[in-house]
Amino acid sequence: MSLADLTLAELSEQLAAKTVTSVQATEACLTRIAETDPTLGAFLKVDGDGARRAAAEADASPRRGPLHGVPVALKDMILTVGLETTAGSRILQGFVPPHDATVTARLREAGAIIIGKTNLDEFAMGSSTETSAFQKSRNPYDPTRTPGGSSGGSAVAVAARQVFGSLGTDTGGSIRQPAALCNVVGLKPTWGRVSRSGVIAYASSLDQVGPFARTVRDTALLLQAIAGRDVADSTSADVAVPDYTASLEAGVKGLRVGLPREYFVEGMDPEVAQAIRDAAKTLEAAGATVEEVSLPHTKHALAAYYVIAPAEASSNLARYDGVRFGHRAKDVKQLRELYDRSREEGFGPEVKRRIMLGTFALSAGYHDAYYVKAQKVRTLIRRDFDAAFTKVDVLLSAASPTCAWPLGEKLDDPLAMYLMDVLTLPTNLAGLPGLSVPTAKSSRGLPIGAQLLGRPFDEATLLRTARALERERTLTTWRP
Amino acid sequence: MAISDFQPVIGLEVHAQLLTTSKLFSTAGTTFGDEPNTHTTPVCLGFPGALPVLNERVVELAIRTGLALECKVNERSEWSRKHYFYPDSPKGYQITQYEFPICEWGGLTLDVAGKRVQIRRIHIEEDAGKSVHDAADGLSLVDLNRAGTPLLEIVSEPDLRSADEAVEYLKVLRDILVYIGVNDGNLEEGSFRCDANVSVMRKGAKDYGTRCELKNLNSFRNIKLAIDTEIARHVEIIEAGGTIEQETRLFDVNRVETRSMRSKEDAQDYRYFPEPDLPPLLVSAEQIAKVKASLPELPRARRQRYVEQLELSDYDAGVLTADRAFADLFERCLAAVGGPAKKVSNWFLGEVSRLLNETGVKPDAVKFTPQQFAALLAAIDAGTISQNAGKEVLGEMFATGAEPADVIAKKGLAQVSDTGALEKVIDEIIAGNAKNVEAYRAGKVQVLGFFVGAVMKAMKGKGNPKVINELLEKKLKG
Repeated sequence: MSLADLTLAELSEQLAAKTVTSVQATEACLTRIAETDPTLGAFLKVDGDGARRAAAEADASPRRGPLHGVPVALKDMILTVGLETTAGSRILQGFVPPHDATVTARLREAGAIIIGKTNLDEFAMGSSTETSAFQKSRNPYDPTRTPGGSSGGSAVAVAARQVFGSLGTDTGGSIRQPAALCNVVGLKPTWGRVSRSGVIAYASSLDQVGPFARTVRDTALLLQAIAGRDVADSTSADVAVPDYTASLEAGVKGLRVGLPREYFVEGMDPEVAQAIRDAAKTLEAAGATVEEVSLPHTKHALAAYYVIAPAEASSNLARYDGVRFGHRAKDVKQLRELYDRSREEGFGPEVKRRIMLGTFALSAGYHDAYYVKAQKVRTLIRRDFDAAFTKVDVLLSAASPTCAWPLGEKLDDPLAMYLMDVLTLPTNLAGLPGLSVPTAKSSRGLPIGAQLLGRPFDEATLLRTARALERERTLTTWRP
Repeated sequence: MAISDFQPVIGLEVHAQLLTTSKLFSTAGTTFGDEPNTHTTPVCLGFPGALPVLNERVVELAIRTGLALECKVNERSEWSRKHYFYPDSPKGYQITQYEFPICEWGGLTLDVAGKRVQIRRIHIEEDAGKSVHDAADGLSLVDLNRAGTPLLEIVSEPDLRSADEAVEYLKVLRDILVYIGVNDGNLEEGSFRCDANVSVMRKGAKDYGTRCELKNLNSFRNIKLAIDTEIARHVEIIEAGGTIEQETRLFDVNRVETRSMRSKEDAQDYRYFPEPDLPPLLVSAEQIAKVKASLPELPRARRQRYVEQLELSDYDAGVLTADRAFADLFERCLAAVGGPAKKVSNWFLGEVSRLLNETGVKPDAVKFTPQQFAALLAAIDAGTISQNAGKEVLGEMFATGAEPADVIAKKGLAQVSDTGALEKVIDEIIAGNAKNVEAYRAGKVQVLGFFVGAVMKAMKGKGNPKVINELLEKKLKG
């Protein structure tokens, strides 16, 4: 067994006991990456030298906490000083950030080792990691299939035991959906729980950074390191951060679990639906009460999301103009030509589609019919959740309506691809925390994840519930 | 029909740069004239992942402005993004306030006619960078030092009826902004900029005509010229049976004409939407009250007080209050002297102004203290020194901060008021000028001047003229 097969918490204990070193753990990860990544394509950039240097420093310095000396990976939406950060786009190829994102800095302060940058859908726009300008990532449980997206690389890196944990971003399900497809835990915190400073923006009012790990405990440890108010992000919340591991084993006795009726959608894989009902039974057996609840406006969420997210994206991506950084078209004579060609050459088709969609939705004459209307829907969706959370403490559903699908299958059918986020994106519209935890193995040997949704800033309850489910499964030892 | 048959209607949009040391949403400095692109952070440069963080000082200055302009200060306002592509706009959008500005519905009163002009809104926004065209080899260069500098946009209602009124509004507005310390009032350097919306309607008509927006107005003279030129253009078109197209026009000061910049159809679609990177701007009633308490007396009120309570002329009051620091110095000196105000005012309009102008020293940085100034005036009143010597003493006090008594002693400026010493000289002169004494006594009183001059000469200018006069008159009358 390789050191890389340990969980984050196990490695952490051994590092604390000095039975292993960070350099050893880092080398184990680099070896695993060298062996598996030519097939899996999780990493856009592996910073072997930087990681080895950081690991040696960690071994030589006083222990700072559970992440001290632990190798992790970051989605390539998250800035790393001196290390190219591309958002999976040609337009940012060669962009070397002048500073770390707040989450990067917090991980470094906690002693974590940044091994590299993971693949993603271009600017996080996609559900399969196939819109990356650079490479495809493959599902470690079946390399002919997608790992999901957009944080596919971060999910793969953790699932394939290339690193002990990773960070992704979730704008409509981009952490929870790939986590579900890759048999790992993925957590999207409450909007404002984690700083977005230094995280490349897709849709600012929906974006949130969160961890991937192989166990619920590992996930809690990662969240602990990155959560909390940051003065560099005015929308980060000034809400106290609890000790996420403290109540992890407290069980679910008396917990009220809601099954949203609308989340058993048409076209859903019956095996996935059954796995969620089984998960509900497991929680019930552990002492929770389960009841069906209704989130009546769910059917409008997808439409609202695909107005709001592209609208914000069209704005956030306006800065990629070839003037100050990133790709600049060659031999241009006029300003307009510089813009047109730099963006034409720099952006891929899905990004262009969303920029056009968003620009249209914000245009004079359409603004009210699309953008304003979508905001109203957003309010209704938030109210649905508020109402549900007066009756129950957590909501349980699938994170993805299907298991991992074959690569290329939905790439030419945007709507089919968008539907893959139907169970996750309402959470982003409402700003709530959501988590995906492995719950079953399908008859074809593919992972199925259960999604847990909670009240604002109540990540602790999600982790505790996920742990209760995890304890009754053996999926953490199911290696690809 | 003639131009006099038409009523011009003018509304003004002023962009005033706020006097802060750092930018609206970044820690970069706001000093001008430095090497291009040296006052920039990832926020100013629109780098990926860079987020705006509000400079709280800007909010304070915006509230200050709102209160000085009698506006309602909104406890909740919002930020919006205004989109356009241009190299001096690094994010591709400007963060501004659109639907919910920080201040609304105030106004100011013009001096001449006492007319009230309504202010519709004041909002905070970031300035753009600067494009330098044809800098070298037909290239355009971009300097982002100014990008993100805080601006207030102050929008008037179309309440102005002539170019002169428009200019007066701007002067009053600028005086207020400078007075309350939010803006430096410099039109030439662009820290106080103005766009004018101009239309005309036939006198007696109810509906406003189609307006045109004038840009590139960088002096009061040009503003008047541009508006008058535009009014004449509108009247000419309407009289010829044409219609005015709504458009943005650029004023060309060399040709004295306005030129179309873009028509309504070409107008940008800014695609406003609420800025998701910033929470709504919340201002508490306590904060507003605190700013209100710190607000200085405004120029118009101060002027009125000078006329009514200090009994100064309109002219004196106007000059004294034109600059806040100058008026403050005047008031401190007046308090030390004790009055009358007119006497202190004369010194300020005369010698003090002259010294400030010649040296460029700011009124709040003068070296003499109000107590020293009062001591100087007391020395003149007591006849210790002449009025003229007093000017010399003030010059020295201004330059060095020396005590007036020391200056008088050092320069030997004290007058002789000792009647014994003076009488001796006077007696000698009367004895030596019998002819003139006779003339005086025969009623030719002008000869007194000859005697005064002779005595002053003999005293080498240091005789107290008042005492000399009295003694001479007494002795000559016999």
